[in-house]
Amino acid sequence: MGQKRRIVVCAGAGCFSCNSAETLSTLQRLVKERGVETQVDIVPAGCMGACQRGPLVQLPNDDILLQGVGPQEAAAVLDQVLGGPAAPAELKLYSAREPDAPDAHFFQKQQKIVLENCGRINPESLDEYIAVGGYQALHRMLSEMTREAVVAEIKKSGLRGRGGAGYPTGLKWETVAKMVNEQKYVICNADEGDPGAFMDRSVLEGDPHRVLEGMAIAGYAVGANKGFVYVRAEYPLAIKRLELAIKGARREGLLGREIFRTSFSFDVEIRIGAGAFVCGEETALIASIEGRRGQPRPRPPYPAESGLWGKPTLINNVETFANIAPILTKGGEWFSAIGTPKNAGTKVFALAGKIRNTGLIEVPMGITLREIIFDIGGGIPGGRRFKAVQTGGPSGGCIPEAHLDTHVDYESLQTLGSIMGSGGFIVMDDTSCMVDVARFFMEFCMDESCGKCVPCRVGTKHMHDLLAKICAGHATMGDLALLEELAPMVKATSLCGLGMTAPNPLISTLRYFRDEYAAHIRDRRCPAGVCSMDAVEALR
Amino acid sequence: MSAPLTFDDPRVKRVTREMKLYDRRPDALIQILHIVQEIFGYLPEMVLRLVAKELRVPASRVYGVSTFYHYFSLKARGDHQCLVCMGTACYVKGAGKILDQLQKAFGVRPGEVTPDGKLGLAQARCLGACGLAPAVVYDEEILARVDPAKIAATVQEKLRGS
Ligand SMILES: Cc1cc2nc3c(=O)[nH]c(=O)nc-3n(C[C@H](O)[C@H](O)[C@H](O)COP(=O)(O)O)c2cc1C
Ligand code: SF4
Ligand code: SF4
Ligand code: FES
Ligand code: FES
Repeated sequence: MGQKRRIVVCAGAGCFSCNSAETLSTLQRLVKERGVETQVDIVPAGCMGACQRGPLVQLPNDDILLQGVGPQEAAAVLDQVLGGPAAPAELKLYSAREPDAPDAHFFQKQQKIVLENCGRINPESLDEYIAVGGYQALHRMLSEMTREAVVAEIKKSGLRGRGGAGYPTGLKWETVAKMVNEQKYVICNADEGDPGAFMDRSVLEGDPHRVLEGMAIAGYAVGANKGFVYVRAEYPLAIKRLELAIKGARREGLLGREIFRTSFSFDVEIRIGAGAFVCGEETALIASIEGRRGQPRPRPPYPAESGLWGKPTLINNVETFANIAPILTKGGEWFSAIGTPKNAGTKVFALAGKIRNTGLIEVPMGITLREIIFDIGGGIPGGRRFKAVQTGGPSGGCIPEAHLDTHVDYESLQTLGSIMGSGGFIVMDDTSCMVDVARFFMEFCMDESCGKCVPCRVGTKHMHDLLAKICAGHATMGDLALLEELAPMVKATSLCGLGMTAPNPLISTLRYFRDEYAAHIRDRRCPAGVCSMDAVEALR
Repeated sequence: MSAPLTFDDPRVKRVTREMKLYDRRPDALIQILHIVQEIFGYLPEMVLRLVAKELRVPASRVYGVSTFYHYFSLKARGDHQCLVCMGTACYVKGAGKILDQLQKAFGVRPGEVTPDGKLGLAQARCLGACGLAPAVVYDEEILARVDPAKIAATVQEKLRGS
């Protein structure tokens, strides 16, 4: 890349839909027309984070980020890079040289490990991944480290699974590594079923090789020669870039037989999900890869002992795998020093809902909710008031203003009756009704219940109908009591995580917003004005 | 359009070819169904029977899998598809109103197709484009930050334009 200046255009899903493709092609055309191909490179990249301001364009040396760059603005942008006049001021979103600018907090409080290449390199180019140090960790490990040493390094890092439950990754690897079996598998869980979450999507679209490298390292560590990525069908761009990455890596001998001429072989195949939330659950996911209905089964045995086709199987989340290469490059100790003692590293969050800066962020664990929502997220738009933030998707909870100074880590969120989940952050203002939100999540869980066990199948429907009754203004306090009785019962007796967590949004809204329930029942009034009390909703 | 499918149909042949690529492995069932749906827009019964036979899995299992997953449809889809995201981020930003408007304007419910077969309406659980909420996908195109008051007109226009 040498002396050439790079103009990087965001080609993430968000910017794509604001037509960044046209910005990209216009810039490429202008470069040709002006005959400056030797001076400037126009490069597409993955999500840069501030999706709402798209199409985003990054100027050379990473120090200037431009927003809303349509094809009309392309000429001005190119002029600036070639040393001409600066592009119009309103295009500028951020400049590293102006740390006091109004939007600077969005970037300053972030720390990028998982997303360090995302938005910087062309995800469709293996060369660019290698140029930023890609596949070096794999190479070094294969030539210098024993399997045990790799597992030890991951254990030392303190990394915990980013798919929701936060299980220590090193321990899981160790369990699979210790199993004696000639055939083992590695699975990357890219189902990302939580509505309101798009972290895994962005990583796959922005830096697919990072995930493949993490999987290959895992394969070596646990003794597997075959990996699967289970991706949702709703993510066509991620699937396409992942396919390209797999082909490229195979061509260069970074996947496949005898990688780096060692005795280690590892190949990866893609499996496309078909739209069932429960397939994110590991045993259901395995059933789905085997070509069956995605229904969970009781654990133990855990997949680590008996997984895909009955063989020991390691399942980790996309973001978990994306953390692996940097840990091996910089060492477990380096990683464990980031974040908090029990919650090492960073976490990627997807900010959405009623928040000024929607988009993708990566922050050290232990940052407060307030910092995320107000400093990075820019607060609530339209002069409205913050009401609650929903974390953890349909199995999470709603956290009110009083707890905004809570530190974000697995345990603290749990204490508040919510969870970290995969990292969706949906911010709600005073126009959201918390009873309606609880009903919405219950409807989701009811629809997504696989139907295998009675508490979940019948319980979610029953709770949903009671919530709908409250929203319609027909409920009594007796109905509320029934809900409070049902919720812990479904939690305690369901077979898999879906049913076990389905009551969480209900429980957490009851805990913090009980007065809203009371207003619906006693006064037949929706304080937020969302529920229309007169409409006798047909109870399904 | 509704002439019965035959084994000579080039689309059916393509499905057969794809099954060969997967060595007719029974565990490829879901991947094959994806291909069938991509080719036909839905899962025609005749093709499902062919798939069951070739992969040597019981027809009941093919049917069970086809109905378990939301992504698969056993009914023909419209010529164009309007998919409204009803995920959390879109919901708190008014996706419910968007769905209402479309239902009213086109007289279809989610999962149905207009009588002329032109437009199918469906809901998604989350498109993973939550930063653009509320989001709607018209055919392949993501419409970002959709205004409920304008969506019906936008879709009308697109239907007329095509
Ligand atoms: C209903 C349900 C849905 C889940 N969905 C996902 C998902 O979309 N992505 C994911 O990585 N894990 C999901 N999980 C968690 C997985 O079962 C599993 O714990 C995880 O993939 C392990 O990876 P990790 O240790 O890297 O977190 C889900 C669990 C349940 C119960
Ligand atoms: S008995 Fe009930 S749970 Fe079992 S298959 Fe029949 S309907 Fe389903
Ligand atoms: S808890 Fe729900 S989703 Fe899980 S196995 Fe039971 S019915 Fe299926
Ligand atoms: S998609 Fe461009 S910034 Fe997120
Ligand atoms: S909630 Fe609609 S795109 Fe995620």
